[in-house]
Amino acid sequence: MKIKRNIALSDSGFVFNPTTGDSFSTNPIGIEIIKLLKEGKNEDEVKKHLIKSYMTDEVTLEKDYYDFVNMLLKLQLAEGDEDKDEAKN
Amino acid sequence: MKKMQYERPVIQRLNTGIMNKFGTRTEYAPVTHIEGNAVKELIEKYGSPLFVISEKTIRNTYREANRSFNTRYPKVQFAWSYKTNYLSAVCNVFHQEGSWAEVVSGFEYEKAIRHGVPGNKIIFNGPDKTEAELRTAIENGSPIHIDHLDELYLIKELSGEMKKRPKVAIRVNMDTGIYPMWDRFGFNYENGQAWDAINKIMLSNTIDLIGLHCHIGTFMLAPSAYAVAASKLCDLAMGIKKKFNKNIHYLDLGGGFASKNTLKGSYLQGVDASPGFDQFAEAISTAILNAGFVEDELPLLLLETGRAMIDEAGYLLGTVISNKRLSDGRRATIMDFGVNILFTSFWYDHKISPAQEFSQYTEDAVLYGPLCMNIDVVREHVTLPPLKRDDQVVVHTVGAYNMTQWMQFIALRPAIVLIDCDDKVHQIRKRETVESIVKEEMMPDYLKSFKL
Repeated sequence: MKIKRNIALSDSGFVFNPTTGDSFSTNPIGIEIIKLLKEGKNEDEVKKHLIKSYMTDEVTLEKDYYDFVNMLLKLQLAEGDEDKDEAKN
Repeated sequence: MKKMQYERPVIQRLNTGIMNKFGTRTEYAPVTHIEGNAVKELIEKYGSPLFVISEKTIRNTYREANRSFNTRYPKVQFAWSYKTNYLSAVCNVFHQEGSWAEVVSGFEYEKAIRHGVPGNKIIFNGPDKTEAELRTAIENGSPIHIDHLDELYLIKELSGEMKKRPKVAIRVNMDTGIYPMWDRFGFNYENGQAWDAINKIMLSNTIDLIGLHCHIGTFMLAPSAYAVAASKLCDLAMGIKKKFNKNIHYLDLGGGFASKNTLKGSYLQGVDASPGFDQFAEAISTAILNAGFVEDELPLLLLETGRAMIDEAGYLLGTVISNKRLSDGRRATIMDFGVNILFTSFWYDHKISPAQEFSQYTEDAVLYGPLCMNIDVVREHVTLPPLKRDDQVVVHTVGAYNMTQWMQFIALRPAIVLIDCDDKVHQIRKRETVESIVKEEMMPDYLKSFKL
């Protein structure tokens, strides 16, 4: 899964999609996830980083991470992995 | 490196330039303590969910109402509406403050007697009074508010048989400009039914008509409707004086004053929309004082307000069971309390606060109860911080009707505690057990065993 290239993210958590004109607000951990994904980190790398930085356990993070990235997809801020999409087809 | 506090990642679309239907951000300031008692500790000790009642709030509210009416009208008496909350400890707080009892069934009547309320201070309302209950009420000299003619004829019969003069009032229904008009209780003012009943009582010579009663609706937001009701009752009382030379001892304006809850679909929050006691008192007192009674014949003003007296004194503490996403992307949070114990969530958007600190980030969510039933929705839209499993919440303004209308459906009803005026906690109802339910059941012998 990749964050769309033209998505703008501010340090205070303001997210803007210039294609649709929609704007969003996210919390600090949401900012971190979006930044890491934008940098091209994969799922495992993002999760490993978050476990190292936050007081949480793997199960909670797993659950919340999937919920969040699914929201990014639903809100059209991210797009599915092309390889995976092709595999599905 | 020291790890940071974890909070679930959230993202929310910003809607600018349109009305935000989720309201302002007053709801998610955390409420960690109720009158000095930590929510966490209360739940640890008494379980979750848990009803909490503030004695201080009850007494303050009662005194505020009493002051509003007593500063405007010389003879005022409150009667505690048992159906609103008939927990014995709650009733006794009101009785200590000076309230009589207002009951609507034999069960409630029995409770009032057990609490030690003198019979002549128990107002017996309601459409269903059995012959045995009426006998007891006549014996005890309780004011009986007659709902229909069958009851009137039965009382007449009993008065002859018991050689006692029952003390009665009639319940009058009327058009006060409020929709829906409650015309199923009592006798109608406009079409002459009320006068018909009054004539029957006055001409019987065996029954004492001591009062006139009305109860025009519930969660009333218009004090002016009470002015209309009071004027119509005064008109009847003056008519009785003129026709039969009889003074009516009291006018009972019933209850129905709105609490500070927010009705579903209301544009304003309840705290802004609901009139205060002063406004109801002004409307009612002015109407009676202007009706033309001679000063020493002014009737006693009885009030049976329940909801506005107790709603703010009740809290429900609960715990998050789970979070999930609905098919349309909305957040759904499942709580351990639902419509089974929070019956009023059918018509109110109850204020709900988290019971622990969060950052300022929030999510719009649907709040569901734990029942395996689709209608178990506590809030259709609520803005709350990212709650996770085992987080706790406080539901506000739940003191009226929930602890009497709750259902024992698939789960056991929770414990109730009272926080006294010194902030000390007293348990006033135990949490139900399976035993408390099954002890009322009986098993026929032939069903006692089976093989699977």
